[in-house]
Amino acid sequence: MSRKRILRLTTPLLAAALLAACGGTTQGDEDEGGGAGTGATADPDADFQTGLSVAMLPKSVNNPYFESSSAGAESVVTGLEGTFEYTGPSDASASSQVSYIDTLSQQATDVILLSANDPNALCSSLEQARGAGTVVVTFDSDVDPGCRDLFVSQVDGAEVGRALLEMTAEQIGGSGQIAVLSATANATNQNAWIAVMEEELESNPDYADIELVDVVYGDDEDEKSFSETQGLLQAHPDLSAIVSPTTVGIAAAARYLSGSQYQGEVALTGLGTPNQMREYIEDGTVTEFALWDPTALGELAAWTGAAAASGIITGAEGETFTAGELGEYTVGADGVVTLGPPTRFNADNIDDYDF
Amino acid sequence: MSTETLTARLRDSAAVRHLATWDAAIIAATIAFLVVAAQTVEHFGTARNAGYIILDLAPILLLALAMTLIVTTGEIDLSVASTVGLTSAAMGVMWNSGIPLETIMPLAVVLGALLGAVNGLFITGFGLPSLAVTIGTLALYRGLSYVLLGDTAVADWPRAFTGWVLGTIGETQVPNVLIPLAALAAVVAVVLHATTVGRAVYAAGANPIAAAYAGVPVRRLKFWLYVASGAMAGLCGVFWTLRYSSARADNAFGLELTVVAVVLLGGVSIFGGKGALPGVLAAVVLLTALQNALRLAHVSTEALTVVTGSLLIAAVLAPNTASAIRGALRHRQRRTV
Repeated sequence: MSRKRILRLTTPLLAAALLAACGGTTQGDEDEGGGAGTGATADPDADFQTGLSVAMLPKSVNNPYFESSSAGAESVVTGLEGTFEYTGPSDASASSQVSYIDTLSQQATDVILLSANDPNALCSSLEQARGAGTVVVTFDSDVDPGCRDLFVSQVDGAEVGRALLEMTAEQIGGSGQIAVLSATANATNQNAWIAVMEEELESNPDYADIELVDVVYGDDEDEKSFSETQGLLQAHPDLSAIVSPTTVGIAAAARYLSGSQYQGEVALTGLGTPNQMREYIEDGTVTEFALWDPTALGELAAWTGAAAASGIITGAEGETFTAGELGEYTVGADGVVTLGPPTRFNADNIDDYDF
Repeated sequence: MSTETLTARLRDSAAVRHLATWDAAIIAATIAFLVVAAQTVEHFGTARNAGYIILDLAPILLLALAMTLIVTTGEIDLSVASTVGLTSAAMGVMWNSGIPLETIMPLAVVLGALLGAVNGLFITGFGLPSLAVTIGTLALYRGLSYVLLGDTAVADWPRAFTGWVLGTIGETQVPNVLIPLAALAAVVAVVLHATTVGRAVYAAGANPIAAAYAGVPVRRLKFWLYVASGAMAGLCGVFWTLRYSSARADNAFGLELTVVAVVLLGGVSIFGGKGALPGVLAAVVLLTALQNALRLAHVSTEALTVVTGSLLIAAVLAPNTASAIRGALRHRQRRTV
């Protein structure tokens, strides 16, 4: 192979690259901002419009979590005499969601309820959709706030931390040693919740007799979480409870406990899905755990989208609207509406949920 | 003239006839589908939708151009989508380190070419099977993308560039990207169908030993085709990153299967030596437009996957079955004469 030929082929490219290096476009450069402000004003007394077309676009279809959200949203939309569509890619990738957004915006859908696979990759498509008059409400997983009208957040971080601690205290009678089995050491959500728990333990007199003795990380891997649970119980023989604020961790810990002599002795609580935890509630390994209810999340997303499409809200902070039986909600900073405290699952209600 | 060369000639002319009909069939099917869909599917026949279809088919087309040449030589390159992912991830890293985008874009193409050269070196230099080598680099390049970016995304690409990729020419509805796409397709069509390089590609695929004896530098040819395939994947990485304004390690995940599928649907023989670009171009349009129409018609994702999958199996089976039947018939005729 002639070296000359390689040079001949690559030199122009490299030369172009070097030339461009002088005075090119770099990351620090100012970029004209996106995010079309609607400029509309809200009319809090307006009625919900009927006959809206609403589409829910999940991260991927065939996911029981989103099927539950879809059922919730559909009941709201049907109640408002609108048409509801549940559509999306079978793989959870951002680029495949783009095609679906394009399709929905062409069909002039009134409201898109979206759980995003990427905070930015969907922005240009969403801008086009909004330009054509579609209201974009994200739920579960947000995009850049400039690219959507509102975000329905499943949960408020402080409330999760407090709920975890409340459940723990109830289950161990208000005193004892507890340990946390978390996801990865740098998981943003989990660390925020653990921080809230630590603050509460310090400041709240109700928890004066509870001591947090250890935080371990199962990396959201089943095997690792399983063996970390084992390690915790061996390292702390007086442990009263394990708190696992991650669905992978709590399921692995429950599996370990249910087959060990600690079953019923050491309490386990945290965030889990009813389908994963049902057998451990039934065999008494776990008394109560929590998670947000994806059906209610879907309902609230649909109410929020309908309210925005009806002009009741625009996404500005402080606006209020009534989300049917869910009650009244207020739009927070950056257009965020928060569902509320997590739902608790125990032997009395677990069979009402399927996700 | 010996009987052997006579039958070989017959087979060749039959192959040529068959090819011409398959090409014509897939092009006719594509046009028929577009016409019917425009009449029956709401929102399908709009200029805006045509723009979406072109944006959706662009990455498939870029990769299919080089893949057509490679499959025609009897080889395959399964690493293309991972190369897109790795160049996209590398773009993200370079952008984060403050390199201007005007520099990053050509570097991404050069990086793609280098990754292609690695494939070419293993396949032609060490004589390893391309299927094995490119399955290896499929995993390797995707793994390296995750090493570079992990689960994070680089998303602050300048609007001047992302806007151009999504934009249209002036006041028209013609997407900007259509021009470079058409130009590249034209170049590949000319190279394959009107130059000695193109004839060498067919010769290398039909019978590599005979081609080598006839003076075709088979190994060198294949090496440069892999370099070209890598460079196209690098270009596709640039397009992908700017279109979605997002450099991620999982970009274009699984796209290689779609690319191989359209090349086969377009009438290129998986065994090499047969195929033509117009059929592949039609197949790219057909597959993308079909998916678009099904989505617009509210067909569920599951059904969409089943429909496109069945279409591809039928497309791969049809030419083989047809030639098997034709061969059986010919055999019979000869016996009865």
